Amino acid sequence: MSGTGSETTGMGAAGATLAPGGRGGAWRERGRLVVMTLGPILGALVLSGLLLLVLGVDPLAYYGYVVERGLLSPYGVQATFTRMGPLLLIAAGLIVAFRAGIWNLGGDGQFLLSAVVVAALAPLLAPLMPVWLVLLAALLVGALVGAAWSLLPALLKAYQGVNEIITTLMMTFLGVSFANVLVKLFFRDPTTTVPQTRTLPVADRLPRLFDTTVSSGVLIGLVAIIAVHVVMTRTAFGLKLRIVGANPRAAVHAGLNVPLLTVLTFALSAGLAGLAGAVEILGVQGNVRADWNPAYSLTVIPLVFLARFNGFASIAFVFLFSVLSIGGESAARRTGVPNFFTLVVVAILLVMLGVTEYLDQRRRAAGR
Amino acid sequence: MTEPAPSPEAASGPPPSSGAIVTLDHVTKRFPGVVANDRVAFDLFPGEVHVLLGENGAGKSTLVGMLSGLQTPDEGGILIDGREASISSPARALELGIGTVFQHSMLVPSLSVVDNMALGGSWWSRPDRTGIAARMAAVAADIGVRIDPHARVGTLSLGEQQQVEIVRALMRGSRVLILDEATAMLTPKGAEDLGALMRRLTALGIAVVFITHKLNEALAFGHRITVLRLGRKVGEIAPERLEALGPAAATAEIIRLMFGTGDRKAAAEGGARAVRRRVSAPPLLEIEELAVDDMAVPVSGVTLSVAPGEIVGLAGIDGNGQKQFAEALAGQRRLAAGTIRLGGEAVERLDVGGRRARGLSYVTDDRLGEGTVGSFPVSLNLLLKQVGKDPFWRNGFERPEPIAAHAERLVGAYDVRTPGISTPIGKLSGGNIQKALLARELTGDTRAVIFAKPTYGLDVQNIRATRQRIREAADRGLAVILISTDLEEVLELSDRIAVMSRGHVVGMVDNDDAARARVGELMSGVGA
Amino acid sequence: MGALFTDAFLTSLVLGALTAGLPLLLAGLGEQISEKAGVLNIGIEGMMLMGAYLGFVVAYTTGSVWLGFLGGAVGGMAVALPMVVLCIRLGLNQIVIGIALTLGTEGLTALLHHFQFAQSYPRLPAVPTLPIPGLSELPVIGPALFDRPAIVYLAILAVFVTAYVFRSTQLGLALQAAGDKPAALDAAGVDVVNVRSFAVFTTGALAGVGGAFMAEVGAGIFVPFMTNGAGFIGIVLAMQARGNPFWVLAGALLFGACLSATTALQVAGVSIPTDVIQMLPFAAVLLVLVLFGRRASLPAALGTHYVRGAR
Repeated sequence: MSGTGSETTGMGAAGATLAPGGRGGAWRERGRLVVMTLGPILGALVLSGLLLLVLGVDPLAYYGYVVERGLLSPYGVQATFTRMGPLLLIAAGLIVAFRAGIWNLGGDGQFLLSAVVVAALAPLLAPLMPVWLVLLAALLVGALVGAAWSLLPALLKAYQGVNEIITTLMMTFLGVSFANVLVKLFFRDPTTTVPQTRTLPVADRLPRLFDTTVSSGVLIGLVAIIAVHVVMTRTAFGLKLRIVGANPRAAVHAGLNVPLLTVLTFALSAGLAGLAGAVEILGVQGNVRADWNPAYSLTVIPLVFLARFNGFASIAFVFLFSVLSIGGESAARRTGVPNFFTLVVVAILLVMLGVTEYLDQRRRAAGR
Repeated sequence: MTEPAPSPEAASGPPPSSGAIVTLDHVTKRFPGVVANDRVAFDLFPGEVHVLLGENGAGKSTLVGMLSGLQTPDEGGILIDGREASISSPARALELGIGTVFQHSMLVPSLSVVDNMALGGSWWSRPDRTGIAARMAAVAADIGVRIDPHARVGTLSLGEQQQVEIVRALMRGSRVLILDEATAMLTPKGAEDLGALMRRLTALGIAVVFITHKLNEALAFGHRITVLRLGRKVGEIAPERLEALGPAAATAEIIRLMFGTGDRKAAAEGGARAVRRRVSAPPLLEIEELAVDDMAVPVSGVTLSVAPGEIVGLAGIDGNGQKQFAEALAGQRRLAAGTIRLGGEAVERLDVGGRRARGLSYVTDDRLGEGTVGSFPVSLNLLLKQVGKDPFWRNGFERPEPIAAHAERLVGAYDVRTPGISTPIGKLSGGNIQKALLARELTGDTRAVIFAKPTYGLDVQNIRATRQRIREAADRGLAVILISTDLEEVLELSDRIAVMSRGHVVGMVDNDDAARARVGELMSGVGA
Repeated sequence: MGALFTDAFLTSLVLGALTAGLPLLLAGLGEQISEKAGVLNIGIEGMMLMGAYLGFVVAYTTGSVWLGFLGGAVGGMAVALPMVVLCIRLGLNQIVIGIALTLGTEGLTALLHHFQFAQSYPRLPAVPTLPIPGLSELPVIGPALFDRPAIVYLAILAVFVTAYVFRSTQLGLALQAAGDKPAALDAAGVDVVNVRSFAVFTTGALAGVGGAFMAEVGAGIFVPFMTNGAGFIGIVLAMQARGNPFWVLAGALLFGACLSATTALQVAGVSIPTDVIQMLPFAAVLLVLVLFGRRASLPAALGTHYVRGAR
């Protein structure tokens, strides 16, 4: 198990996605990609709709309500944008890892620990420094905590060849428990009865955009994911990571320091997940309650695969998912369909995508 | 190897004689673009080790494939015990009594020897371990090998694993045993043991087909030797003749068959190689006492120097440490000892990038495995070893224009046939990938270059083009090390020839008229 | 310390270890079978959850505990089916499909639960125990170990059966070969895809029963997301057990003890957050990896799709 885990993957393997440097490529190829992306989306919405029918819910009414509440209503669209912030950061981190052939499945632990540390730290710093400095320090600490939580899997992978799927999963379990320990034993707010950290005053949180309720976290997320996209597709560093992901032996042949690049990949990926945790606290939650775990990372993994590791496509999918989940939360109250439904849609979507890719490969193989 | 050998009288071979267990009656097998076997005739007699000798790509694997049921001939027939038969599958081959031991073990490492033999019964039955162990012990005793039936296969040496596979084949009633490149992965001692085992097998009346590209083994182990070249049978030496010739004459004969006749060599390339001007400049690349630790073939004590404009050929049978040496030289592997100087500067502590920056290039023979990233465009593969370097990247950012211009220039200059510079390089043919690699390694400030088996797997046209590039590189004043298992190629291109065997350089000769014989002797171990 | 180890504490600890550990045992055992055959089954969390849901529904509607477990097995296998079709037959990525199945099952079961039971939250009656004569009279461990529902004994039996199958049947050899050197298995005339499909369905069944156990015996109720990572712990257990079912049993009991230690400690009058103890097994496993990382043994072909003739 010394090679990277994903070089042999069929679906959306690092090398198979968006052939690098393919700009100015054939329009036909683009058209095919659009069909291959929209087809599964439509299929998933239809199949999920059938499930709603079975449950006795009018799918059109449900989808209509979701769109209205997640996209069209002023409150809904603002909530959607706010939700996108941390999700985009997580997606950015996953793109770095997957393109470099690393399965970082530990995003939830990295996210949560960073959130807890930031939630504990920010209220302490707030009285001491100007707001911007507090925010900056908190974001930085969040990223560092996330990165630190990936250090062990990174070193084990880089120097011992230990499968990172298992180690990152374990670090997530460890991290979730550790986060709870921190909240309950060390960072607990003494003034409340429920176990939670001190709450960051609204005035000290990430600024809201203009006159809306949208947290500026979404800007951080957008900047991060676009930066990641540019780094991975347009820079020497990104190319090196992609070489390691696509063919580790070629990386050795070309003189790249594969272990070092592996550790850097982990650090970046986990650092972005940690940043997501910080943004969620500084922009949305303000504190961490014990046993809180939104498990964003596991949910974003399918989205990133759907986007074929493309940053801009990821923005679109994260947006779609956010609409579904914010709209779904409202719809839960109105139509009685809990927002777990969103998970079903994403899962069906991913399976549909897999089947579509398989059929496409078959078709192309037959067309030769 | 630039043109197919005419099929001499030997190709028609002896008349299909009675007594042969298996006869291949002028079989032909074609693959897209290649005739892998061209009317090959082949007889296999009980109690004989029949050696199938030839370079890589000579058609040995295809012949084995047809005997073991992996492939069926396009033309010609197969006779078993004199009767027409069709070997349609590996299972059918086993039924006919033909067992094959492939180069890569077909055993499950984590299972014990008996369990490997038991594999394949109905799901809920218990494997009959005691019964199998007993039958195994009987067969093993017959052929004089000792195997612990309960040992885990993974703990056995490769030689022992082969013995297990041989025993397994015999337990299934094989009368014919095919050993495909069986010694390729073995230690010299393991190879000797296998030779002894083959002799005991033939004493029991079993027919053995032994496939190899090692001349010395063919002579040591074989009763009858068939030589293949470029898909054709170019000769067969029957047992009586082999004995009559004696080792030295037989070696000469086989070298003549394997590599073609000497007198055609000069004519083939119009004497382009003729006499190289003697290079009097001081050496550019100096290697001293280089050693590499390696599980399979440790390399030690390699001392070599190459002057600018000089081509030093490194001849030798494949797998004698050439790859390890090349990788150590290029910086992909740690040196255990020794120094490497390039233009007087010690480079052995530098990494791949550092050595390349000082002008040391390496053209790998594993073009898709490590030389390129198949899914990346041609343009980036041409810069794979210069990622981040000016002017293609500035401040870390890719600059599409210089990259495209560079790619267009090299694609044009090296005649890489590709739909475009953004085509994934994995979609190109082997010859065009090699051209791209040559372009990458020979442009820039290259001062010394290592070619590893540069024409391996290429068609004749690309072989010619590649050799021309190597020659031009030397003419430009580069110091060239040419690693090749193709003696013809080494003789055609080199100024001096070093011969590598078992991790050592066993001799160095000037490329003069006597070189062919000397190198052949050194390669086969006769002259060492 | 002496005061800590009272009879009540020990009984509670052993009982808890068994109740919390049993689903982990079944999951770990199932995952071990998949991994042996070369399939990294990340969907096992979903298989457990579906087993928990269906097991609960069947037990609730029929009133039969055993039909409930059967329902759990069917539920697990229902999630295994897409895994078999998509990953083993079509060769799609095992990890991505596994995550999708887990997410989808989480959503689906929560959704179904919401529509059926969200108002009432029905509970199942306690599952009757089957005291083993004599042994159940033993002090401390008697009631904790030998006065349990019959399914507990069956699950322990499954460990021995699995060990027997691995060691002494052709199927065991075939599973091993499918994970270690599929080409050799193919050459021996055994269909690699069938062996792997069988393995994944078996995983589904075992994990499903494990989930059903959580709902029927452990909680007496179905709660969305109730497996809470038990399937993933099963993956870790299988990894660490290196192909030996008895190590899965030992690991499952250890994890189970840690997961339930808080209850026992409360009995003993000590209050530490559950989380501290829950961290211990993961920390231990990571420590083992750090110390013996290179030697972690996994099947050579784990996670790769088998294509005949491709090396």
